[in-house]
Amino acid sequence: MPDPAGAAAPDKLVEIVGVTKRFGETEVLKDVHLAVRPGEKVAIIGPSGSGKTTLLRCVAHLERPTSGYVAIAGERVGTKLVGGHWREMSDREIARIRTGIGMVFQRFNLFPHLTALQNVMLGPTRVLKLSAADAEQLARELLRKVGLAHKADEYPERLSGGQQQRVAIARSLAMRPRLMLFDEATSALDPELIGEVLNVMRDLAREGMTMLIVTHEMQFAEDVADRVVFMDHGRVVDEGPPHELFRSPSHPRTQAFLRAVVDRQVMTETPAS
Amino acid sequence: MNAWITVAGLLPVLLRAAIVTLEITAGGFMLAVLIGLVFALLQALRLRPLQVLIAVYVDVFRAVPVLTQLFIIYFGLTEIGIRLDPLPSAIVGFGINGGAYLTEVFRAGIQSIHQGQMEAAQMLGMTRLSALRIVILPQAMRVVLPPLGNFVIGLLKDTALASAVAAPELMFQARTLVDKTFLATQIFVAAAVIYLAMSLPLGYLTRRAEARVARGRR
Repeated sequence: MPDPAGAAAPDKLVEIVGVTKRFGETEVLKDVHLAVRPGEKVAIIGPSGSGKTTLLRCVAHLERPTSGYVAIAGERVGTKLVGGHWREMSDREIARIRTGIGMVFQRFNLFPHLTALQNVMLGPTRVLKLSAADAEQLARELLRKVGLAHKADEYPERLSGGQQQRVAIARSLAMRPRLMLFDEATSALDPELIGEVLNVMRDLAREGMTMLIVTHEMQFAEDVADRVVFMDHGRVVDEGPPHELFRSPSHPRTQAFLRAVVDRQVMTETPAS
Repeated sequence: MNAWITVAGLLPVLLRAAIVTLEITAGGFMLAVLIGLVFALLQALRLRPLQVLIAVYVDVFRAVPVLTQLFIIYFGLTEIGIRLDPLPSAIVGFGINGGAYLTEVFRAGIQSIHQGQMEAAQMLGMTRLSALRIVILPQAMRVVLPPLGNFVIGLLKDTALASAVAAPELMFQARTLVDKTFLATQIFVAAAVIYLAMSLPLGYLTRRAEARVARGRR
């Protein structure tokens, strides 16, 4: 296999090459290949247990692929070439790569002992070594961007789920990442709070952020994504531009999944309309 | 009544001994916290051979009475040419013994914090160690402080065992005075009151510290 480390291909920010992930006997990912161009927004959809979240976690190296690899801007995450052999990276080297990747979690994972402002400032001060004044200015700017300037001094516990998730997005953006990963960012939210988070994500998409989005929000995926990837049983089964994949899916499993999802959404939406 | 007046005259001796008790408590506590914290962090970093060694240390030192450990340190180490005075022997003994307990206390505290906190910190570009230090430990302190408070009060009382290795702490001096004056009741009651006067503020300090780290929570 050619070594991508030297030849940073500018047309691919993320390369997922033959990634397989096993947990014990269970094979969660099976030889997944996927590439994301800079500025591209890719939505990953599929039934639960299809491996979407694990794939995203492999990109962040929160899971180590059993085989295959992920490269960010041409650099492999987790392994490096030393004297002709692939060696494990140190924790510090992986941490350096992660500074360029923002991740938004389903459960927000804000730091509960810090205020919204302190949550956003933590990365810039402790990792990027910005001065407290600069970090605070940046953090206030980002909180304003996600519409929460007035909540800067609140602790997470005092914020709604939607507000917490927006703070979490601001916290990720404070690291000036070139790639944002969204792991079912709205799945833990009450229905009426989903919109405010999706709007922030839409703004981000408009600004040209490269985004890899695991989601159950089909309408959002259709609106925002340049490309939709359908996963099932650990494999990428289908992929294409959203209008093709949603309007005229060719693969029978994509058809079945979308039918099931649409049925549910129609059923829940009909009484209201 | 005369007996109590005699004991009042002996009070300065007892109070000086109480300072030694506090020295052993403070020294033992600091050593135990240092050991507990470092070992719990090493365990959390999942370095395999170290994990095994630490588990063995915890098991062994929790399973042997602290008095036995004090004897080994004070009398036993002379065999291999290490001769420690009573006071350092006591501090090292209580420190190593307490370190085994506190390793478990800190480990439990770290493990009580949701894995998502570690992952969020790592995604901000922190190494596991930085994440533990900056994000996990401050939260774990909420869980750790109550057992830590219990530990230090227990330690203060356990220092009486150091009298067995001739450390001139409160119980050692009390017994010496009883041997001289035969005023057992009065002197031991005086010692009890002094222990109480030291323990109660520790409990109060612990509760204040708990209130402090509970900031941001209801």
